[in-house]
Amino acid sequence: MYDQQLLVEMKGISKVFNGVKALRNVSLKIRKGTVHALMGENGAGKSTAMKILSGIHKPTEGSILVEGKEIFLDNPKMALDNGIAMIHQELSPIFEMTVAENIFLGREPIYPKIHLVNYPKMYKDTKKMFENLGLSIDPKQRMKELSVSEIQMVEIVKAVSYDSKVIIMDEPTSSLADKEVEQLFSIINRLKKEGKGIIYISHKMDEIFQIADDITIFRDGEYISTNLAKTLDHDSLIKQMVGRELTDIFPERSKSVKDQIALSVEGITAKGYFQNVSFQLREGEILGLTGLMGAGRTEIAKAIFGMIPLESGTIKLKNKEVKIKGPKDAIKHGIAFVTEDRKEEGLVLPMSVKQNITISSLHKFTSGPMMKRDLETQVVDDMIKKLKIKTYSRNQLVETLSGGNQQKIVLAKWLLTDPKVLILDEPTRGIDIGAKTEIYKLMDQLTKEGYSIIMISSEMPEVLGMSDRIIVLSEGKVTGTLRPKEATQEKILSLATANKMGV
Amino acid sequence: MNSHVSTNNTQLIKKRSPKFGHLLSEYGILLALTALVIVITILSPNFLTTSNMLNLFKQVSINAILAIGMTFVVLTKGIDLSVGSILAFSGIVTASLVTGNDTNLFLGIAAGLGTGLVLGLVNGLVVAKWKVAPFIVTLGVMSIARGLTYIYSNGRPISGLSNSFLVIGTGGFLGIPISVWIVLIVFGFCSVLLYRTKLGRHIYAVGGNENAAKTSGLNVDRTLMSVYCISGLLAGLAGVLLTSRVSSGLPQAGMSYELDAIAAVVIGGTSLAGGRGRLWGTLVGALIIGVLNNGLDLLAVSSYWQQVVKGTIIIIAVLVDRKRV
Repeated sequence: MYDQQLLVEMKGISKVFNGVKALRNVSLKIRKGTVHALMGENGAGKSTAMKILSGIHKPTEGSILVEGKEIFLDNPKMALDNGIAMIHQELSPIFEMTVAENIFLGREPIYPKIHLVNYPKMYKDTKKMFENLGLSIDPKQRMKELSVSEIQMVEIVKAVSYDSKVIIMDEPTSSLADKEVEQLFSIINRLKKEGKGIIYISHKMDEIFQIADDITIFRDGEYISTNLAKTLDHDSLIKQMVGRELTDIFPERSKSVKDQIALSVEGITAKGYFQNVSFQLREGEILGLTGLMGAGRTEIAKAIFGMIPLESGTIKLKNKEVKIKGPKDAIKHGIAFVTEDRKEEGLVLPMSVKQNITISSLHKFTSGPMMKRDLETQVVDDMIKKLKIKTYSRNQLVETLSGGNQQKIVLAKWLLTDPKVLILDEPTRGIDIGAKTEIYKLMDQLTKEGYSIIMISSEMPEVLGMSDRIIVLSEGKVTGTLRPKEATQEKILSLATANKMGV
Repeated sequence: MNSHVSTNNTQLIKKRSPKFGHLLSEYGILLALTALVIVITILSPNFLTTSNMLNLFKQVSINAILAIGMTFVVLTKGIDLSVGSILAFSGIVTASLVTGNDTNLFLGIAAGLGTGLVLGLVNGLVVAKWKVAPFIVTLGVMSIARGLTYIYSNGRPISGLSNSFLVIGTGGFLGIPISVWIVLIVFGFCSVLLYRTKLGRHIYAVGGNENAAKTSGLNVDRTLMSVYCISGLLAGLAGVLLTSRVSSGLPQAGMSYELDAIAAVVIGGTSLAGGRGRLWGTLVGALIIGVLNNGLDLLAVSSYWQQVVKGTIIIIAVLVDRKRV
């Protein structure tokens, strides 16, 4: 017999990718009419677990039960047929099609016999679904005309329309404004009343405590615990997520900051991204740049690196004004940029460790047109040792390496360009705790060697744990500069939302 | 269903011989070529003879040269449909300059090569600077070059070429046809270019991830232009060679040669998605197509059926390639 209240159960699920265990022994019970939050740092295994539950990946071990019956999922469609729907973080609607066409994609109602799509029925049914959830979106609108939050709502309606028992939402509020979050929550509450189970992945603590009934915590690919939300508080949650005290993760910052200014930006503006931004970076300093999504952090980095043109303002290196027209110029001036998305902008995945490390500094390894291969090999091996890159060969393809090692390769690439200023955009995104600590130690060591670092980050502990100074941005403007000693999460957050509140 | 079973199986195979699958996927086409040669040798005693082999290599040389150039383009995620037409235009230009016996051979050949280079540069400029899809650009240049060929020649073949010019396509050195020597030199030179120079690295990087290449400070535009120039130049060379071999400039030469070149590249294991591939694979790919053509001829298989066989092999090659990646 099974518990009537249980919609879905995952039992002892493990997943191995290329010989690496991504998920170990995960168990999860989703109760009827509840919101079940999944918490954990990036790379903790939440998304992998949900990809297994929604049929994208197959588990290496373990079983999935829906209402007490074991099921096998070969693809997302089978998950949908079993009442499990997932709304991905990055929505991918077909923008040229209408709202109703998107919702009924793959199961369009047809007129019998003539086998043509019954559009009137499709639009009528869609309209009804929206009304049931109290939404006012025109089914005949094209997806491209909708706002992000409206697209999100359409995805939810689509998920519900499969007669789903369980709906997985992966960071559904990451691009929503406060008012839209309220609307989302009211829809979630409606779904709860209908007896659906919601699996809710989010990093935002206050949201979790506002909406969740159960909280399951993941860490480093492992299931840690499941608790009723009301039995947890902020601190106990963080402690379980991180698994150790913060002091173990962050190295003690060396006193490496000097008086000389390495880089300063003065009143730089790029319309639509940021306005009148000024700050200075000292030699040997780690300057934290933080703010909410869309605050313009990455764009400022791109502007310094010459990827976004400036409308006004100046950039100075060592008090000398420089004009940077593109990445090539920036590199020549001693600026390096470790981008947020290493797979998209950092690495050439089908190339080897060696080839990726030297790609930006090939001129050092050539005499005439020919490569000096011995020298290249030697320098690469030194880098592998210095940054403790775990690879079985310098000729291993980078696509087969873990996130932490990939990030070190991007760092190695930039260090070979002899930079003075390193811009690190979300330097530890998607890598595990152990590798994070190594990256932090490396950053500390680099500043001792005289490098200056701008660290863009949205992870508060990282900002607080690593920065010598913190600059907070809101809506493209600097709203405050803090010393880490005087900074708290609350202070940063209030500065990060300063412009939104109309201050 | 049996997902657990199949996972266990793969693990077992991996444990037993971790490198076998890798070797097979890496050198499988050599195996395929060997098998093909053995089968045809058994079926036709005339296949593995010196004269037939020399003939086969001569036949393969044109496609091999085009395919080597095509490899550079495909590595950057591009395609060059114009090589057949460039071949024709270069051939006719060279032919027009080497008629009679009192001609400047060097000038004629240089003009043919230059024609190819210029058209390749046009391809490269439009692809790199104006970001037009390579398929469209080279489709356009394919038509332009073919048109120019007919205009230049009034649609008539140019014959009566100087005897010294004909040596290139018909003569030999150390018992091996000159055209085969040319292929070997081109292959050697291009291997060095691709594996030992900065440009070679840049080509793989741009094809593997254009965004990362740009962020890493590479000159993406120049890299793209280079590969189309290489492809154009080699198409010009192929044109000169073919003109010499058939001892006349034919305006309709090289029709649909681009397809055989692409086939050789793909059979050789270079991914159309860019960033992955190898030059020796292309050479083997060209040989496979050549052996197939030659062997099926010897076996008196109709040319209609030959096309069916060739098409099937291309599709199988892509399927195998997908497993490799």
